[in-house]
Amino acid sequence: MPPGSTAERVAPMERPLTDPGHAVELDEVAVRFRTKRKDVTALQDVTLRVRPGEFVAIVGPSGCGKSTLLKLASGLLAPSSGTARLLGEEVTAPRPDVGYVFQKAALLEWRSARKNILLQAEMRRMPARQARERADELIAMTGLTGFEDAYPHELSGGMQQRVALCRALLHRPPVLLMDEPFGALDALTREQMNVELRRIWQETGTTVLLVTHSIAEAVYLADRVVMMTARPGTVAGVIEIGLPADRDYGTTMAEPEFARATRHIRDHLGAAVAAD
Amino acid sequence: MVTHSQSERAGSAPSPASPPDGVVERSRPGLGERLAGFAERSWRPFVLLAAIVVAWWAVTAAELVEPYLVPSPGDTFDAIASRPEYFWEHTWTTGYETLLGFVIAAAIGVFAAVVMVNSPTVEKTLYPLLLFAQVIPKIAIAPLFVVWLGFGLGPKIVVAVLMAFFPVVISMVTGLKSVDPEMLQLSATMGAKRGQTFWKIRFPASLPHLFSGLKVAATMAVTGAVVGEFVGADAGLGFVILQANGNLDTPVLFAGLLIMSLLGVLLFVLVEWLEYLVLPWHASRRGEGTTTNL
Ligand SMILES: Nc1ncnc2c1ncn2[C@@H]1O[C@H](COP(=O)(O)OP(=O)(O)O)[C@@H](O)[C@H]1O
Ligand SMILES: [Mg+2]
Repeated sequence: MPPGSTAERVAPMERPLTDPGHAVELDEVAVRFRTKRKDVTALQDVTLRVRPGEFVAIVGPSGCGKSTLLKLASGLLAPSSGTARLLGEEVTAPRPDVGYVFQKAALLEWRSARKNILLQAEMRRMPARQARERADELIAMTGLTGFEDAYPHELSGGMQQRVALCRALLHRPPVLLMDEPFGALDALTREQMNVELRRIWQETGTTVLLVTHSIAEAVYLADRVVMMTARPGTVAGVIEIGLPADRDYGTTMAEPEFARATRHIRDHLGAAVAAD
Repeated sequence: MVTHSQSERAGSAPSPASPPDGVVERSRPGLGERLAGFAERSWRPFVLLAAIVVAWWAVTAAELVEPYLVPSPGDTFDAIASRPEYFWEHTWTTGYETLLGFVIAAAIGVFAAVVMVNSPTVEKTLYPLLLFAQVIPKIAIAPLFVVWLGFGLGPKIVVAVLMAFFPVVISMVTGLKSVDPEMLQLSATMGAKRGQTFWKIRFPASLPHLFSGLKVAATMAVTGAVVGEFVGADAGLGFVILQANGNLDTPVLFAGLLIMSLLGVLLFVLVEWLEYLVLPWHASRRGEGTTTNL
């Protein structure tokens, strides 16, 4: 078990206000959206802690507030009540110390793959040489070699998402937030991307918070899987995945632990995910 | 064929720098190639134009209408050829007014759009005013500008600007607002400053919309300049037409109309060419990859 896990058992009263022991910390947060016609409670009473270097997956029915949760963690949204902390610091504005990947690759169509990746560096005013070297490294790591100069419309969905991933990793963010990043990909590409993401996570040691619709994806990739209930979104339970750190895709799928974990999650989520 | 011979050397390991199998690098087209491509794509309208001139000639040659009502193409071209300096001078005046009006309209339009998109308060205040400026008949207020600014270039340029800037504002506002919200959120997590987000994301994303507006504005600017000349001028194609009208000189009148239209087309094509150079990436500009022989 990772060293940070003891912090889990500290009683809330004794915990210091800023806890550097957690990469992401949501404390009894609630989010309520006000629109013209109605108010929607997207999240209610959500408490979640993610240790540095941990890979946590979030599964739950559509509209239960998974995207909202990631936006809270990065400061793109402010909670209606409760607090969000990132790397021990309360989140009050959009935080630059994260990497973000959406379901849509969200690439700039007038920039080549490499230039899209380097957007991150330009916005942050990173030294050009260092940024270029890092981009090359990531391009090789994600198998984009040969497509650096291609424009987004010339790339397949999987390739586009690789570009988005490189862009999110360029500045070596301590926390990587991924919102259904492979949701639009075909099953085969998705498996391939899962294997790559797992490897990249192990190589970079970054903390990952991944929202997904796929239970298999969650179990294969994560150390822990957070299960959420339908609106208003609450945490229904958290399951530790007892799979070895080295996870060959085929072998892992055949592990009894894999079957146990997926079964457990499916039971927990009930018909909600099946209907999705 | 090149690809084939390479794949036969299956035993040799590819050098790390070489692109993956099946990918052959092609250089991007240079300026000359782009221009040639543009010419290749735009010859068709000229054929149509020629057909119209032929039809015009046929109508007059068959004397279907009185020559003093509709002059033949020959008479019209003769009118120009007999006084080239006269036409050149007045075309130059109108062209100058049009171009200046267009450029000012584009600048004001883009500026107004940027300010409006950045501040909802300004937008709410300015929008009704812009709309009002747009719907007011230009021909009706043009005399006022003559009273205010005299017979020189001033009133012509003002009318041209008034006619041309509205499409620019509308299209630019739409363009600036059409950016993918996730792209803006991403930008926020990159720690981007407002100016960075604007120049690297919002502005380039708005360009396709802006160019649609500019193309409409190009045609409006010509009309604006001529309307300005109609109200009071001693130079320009509008003045030529008014004079010819007074003298019942239809060949000169037709010649003026013809040059005026060509001026509008020229400015339009110029804007389109600029768009082609600036936005090779846009979906409306790029061809889908086509298959090629091996
Ligand atoms: N900006 C917003 N304004 C109003 N309602 C919103 C907004 N964003 C999300 N919601 C609502 O909050 C709920 C949770 O949304 P979301 O976090 O996107 O769910 P998920 O990602 O789990 O599908 C949904 O019911 C959605 O309609
Ligand atoms: Mg979502």
